[in-house]
Amino acid sequence: MDALFLARLQFAATTIYHFFFVPLTLGLSIIVAVMETQYVRTGDETYKRMTKFWGKLFLINFAMGVVTGIVQEFQFGMNWSEYSRFVGDIFGAPLAIEALLAFFLESTFLGVWIFGWDRLSKFQHAAAMWIVAIGSNLSALWILIANSFMQEPVGFVLRNGRAEMTDFFALVLNKHVWVQFPHVFFSALCTAAFFVIGISAWHLLKKSNDQTAWQRSLKTGIIFGVIGIVFVLLGGHTQAQHMVQAQPMKMAAAEALWDSADPADLSLFAIVDEANRRNSFALQIPGLLSLLSYNRFSGEVKGINDVQKEYEAKYGPGNYQPPVGISFWTFRIMVGAGTLMFLILLYLFIAMLRKRPVTKPLYLKALVWAIALPYIANTAGWMFTEIARQPWVVFGVMRIEKAVSTAVSSGEVLFSLIVFCLLYGALMVADVYLLKKYATAGIPAAAHQE
Amino acid sequence: MDLNTIWFSLISVLFIGFFFLEGFDFGVGILHPFMSREDRKRRVTMNTIGTFWDGNEVWILTAGGAMFAAFPHWYATLFSGFYLALVLMLVALILRGVSFEFRSKDKHPAWRALWDWSFFAGSFIPALLWGVAVANLIRGVPIDEKMNYVGGFWNLLNPYALLGGLMTLSLFTYHGAIFLNLKTTNDIRDKAHKIALKLWLPAVVLVIAFVIASYLATDMFTPPGAGQIITVLIAAIALLLSGWFLKRNRSGWAFVMTGLTIAFAVVTIFIGLYPRVMVSSLNAAWSLTIYNASSTPYTLKVMSIIAAIFVPIVLIYQAWTYWTFRKRLSEDSHLEY
Repeated sequence: MDALFLARLQFAATTIYHFFFVPLTLGLSIIVAVMETQYVRTGDETYKRMTKFWGKLFLINFAMGVVTGIVQEFQFGMNWSEYSRFVGDIFGAPLAIEALLAFFLESTFLGVWIFGWDRLSKFQHAAAMWIVAIGSNLSALWILIANSFMQEPVGFVLRNGRAEMTDFFALVLNKHVWVQFPHVFFSALCTAAFFVIGISAWHLLKKSNDQTAWQRSLKTGIIFGVIGIVFVLLGGHTQAQHMVQAQPMKMAAAEALWDSADPADLSLFAIVDEANRRNSFALQIPGLLSLLSYNRFSGEVKGINDVQKEYEAKYGPGNYQPPVGISFWTFRIMVGAGTLMFLILLYLFIAMLRKRPVTKPLYLKALVWAIALPYIANTAGWMFTEIARQPWVVFGVMRIEKAVSTAVSSGEVLFSLIVFCLLYGALMVADVYLLKKYATAGIPAAAHQE
Repeated sequence: MDLNTIWFSLISVLFIGFFFLEGFDFGVGILHPFMSREDRKRRVTMNTIGTFWDGNEVWILTAGGAMFAAFPHWYATLFSGFYLALVLMLVALILRGVSFEFRSKDKHPAWRALWDWSFFAGSFIPALLWGVAVANLIRGVPIDEKMNYVGGFWNLLNPYALLGGLMTLSLFTYHGAIFLNLKTTNDIRDKAHKIALKLWLPAVVLVIAFVIASYLATDMFTPPGAGQIITVLIAAIALLLSGWFLKRNRSGWAFVMTGLTIAFAVVTIFIGLYPRVMVSSLNAAWSLTIYNASSTPYTLKVMSIIAAIFVPIVLIYQAWTYWTFRKRLSEDSHLEY
């Protein structure tokens, strides 16, 4: 196995793993801050118990996000040194700003929040959680500014054999950022919402102590979930429309659309035959892809073969086709999981409005399992957006094979890959054990933990 | 002063912050299993840095980010060149980070012992490795004309670098013992004081040995400029004085002194390196400097504006947290970790 393949595998594994923890941090920080604000506003002790319970789970999850994030900060230099040399002038800036603006804020004030219960006023203490929530989400913004540069590079010029920044504001105001960030932000809110809904449902099912708190938590989860999912869908739609313009190859791969079509049909299901560049079977809805792309029933959507020809003319000979099968299916898994989440939330929301909360044990149990849905959607979504950008590491500017470290041998990468997998595997066991323990222990145990 | 020099200085400031703050964090972690066999007392040790450790660790993330933004070749050469050492460091930092949150969340003695030792190893390994890394930076490593490190892993473990590792290990442990002495009460406080007194001599010996070795084995103290001679003297005197203050139970002053030692040691190293950021042992012309490794003036300017606004803000709120949580911890305190 060559170093490039192993380095890609390691980046994928460590980043996907890191992103198991990030969305919950982003979303739950806001939910906990809102709960604590309710406590400060009303003085109602139930909100305080809720804050403490969900805060505890937040912290266990946060720790994993922090430690796996250190790897992210270092591995551009470790495994992708040629990438770092080539784009460091523009790509390093958002990473440095992320650390300076966001990491300091979230980690310093999280310490204040954890230890400040009896040393700060109620108001100050709630403010600390808000700062944590703002810091975490700011860090998501800056890392997405960096990622957006890889998807849609702007604000630079190729000079002195590298990409040099010419316009910082173009980098920050990159259109891609502003279609991607809302999608990520609201999906994080959904992740936290399903987490809160699922665990509350479990306690309602088990008739645990403090039913008021669980009912309120459930309600909070539903409200945030509904807000989240509506904007996830709208945001995803805008993002896809932007993708048709900015990264047509990615869109074509998402749909396994080999030849350009007008109007273009949407394949619900297809057996992709990459070797022969065709689909051996496809279940299609006429015109839907054009509709989704342009909000009307006509309009050409470019196919893989045509974009390939276009890119050959533009970037020179080479293969510009990402792995189509994986792109097609990860996209469908993301959309499928998202749709299920939407239906579940719709049902819960209507039940809530009619004041007939869900009590059927089967439904409550299903809600516990539904915690997995946003995780599946998040992972599939990121796999899609990164894999379908290939062979580019920076779209149209740098191919992946040029990016890898030349000073690191395949043996070294294999070693680190094994080490990270073993360590991450073991930590996942410990983390899930603790989350489960504290989630099921319920409220009194969390309040008087020793 | 040009922008490149400003960024070189700013990165030295980030490293001062990191070694000063994370230095005592590492020290506390290394001493943690040895402070007491009693669970409650071990928890006190860990909780003395409970509020701060995560914020302290961000200093190195910011230093890494700043290197990437301002001197991308430095970031690329160093991180890919010291690959396996960094993997080891990352494993240590990961284990250390989760041990805070995980340790006291289960009562089983084996569980707690597991995270106690993770905390120890996760502090011990970086405290040692940082010295090894810094010593190699000063001594020079094989870097070819394409700015790539070509030395392999074992090349980093030369006697001079190992001496550097022992030096930082002893200095951070000593610094951590004084911090514990400042942050605890009663017998934990007394024990930390005793340990600090014992650690003073090894730290002094190793620091002096490392300075002499640097004089002999590197060009750190070659002219021009007497700057680094003055700063290394300040570092040494502060270290000597720390012992004097400790003996008189003035641990606040002793802590200021070890802080000065660390700060001036970092300054000495940066002055000695200037204008290089990585020394090539193969050919002086292949060394990375603040000019051939840097970003464009435009990027440096943008980053300077952002740093000028936000670094002071960070300093203010971090200082505020140390002030707010200045109280000593005892076994009767409310312990979160």
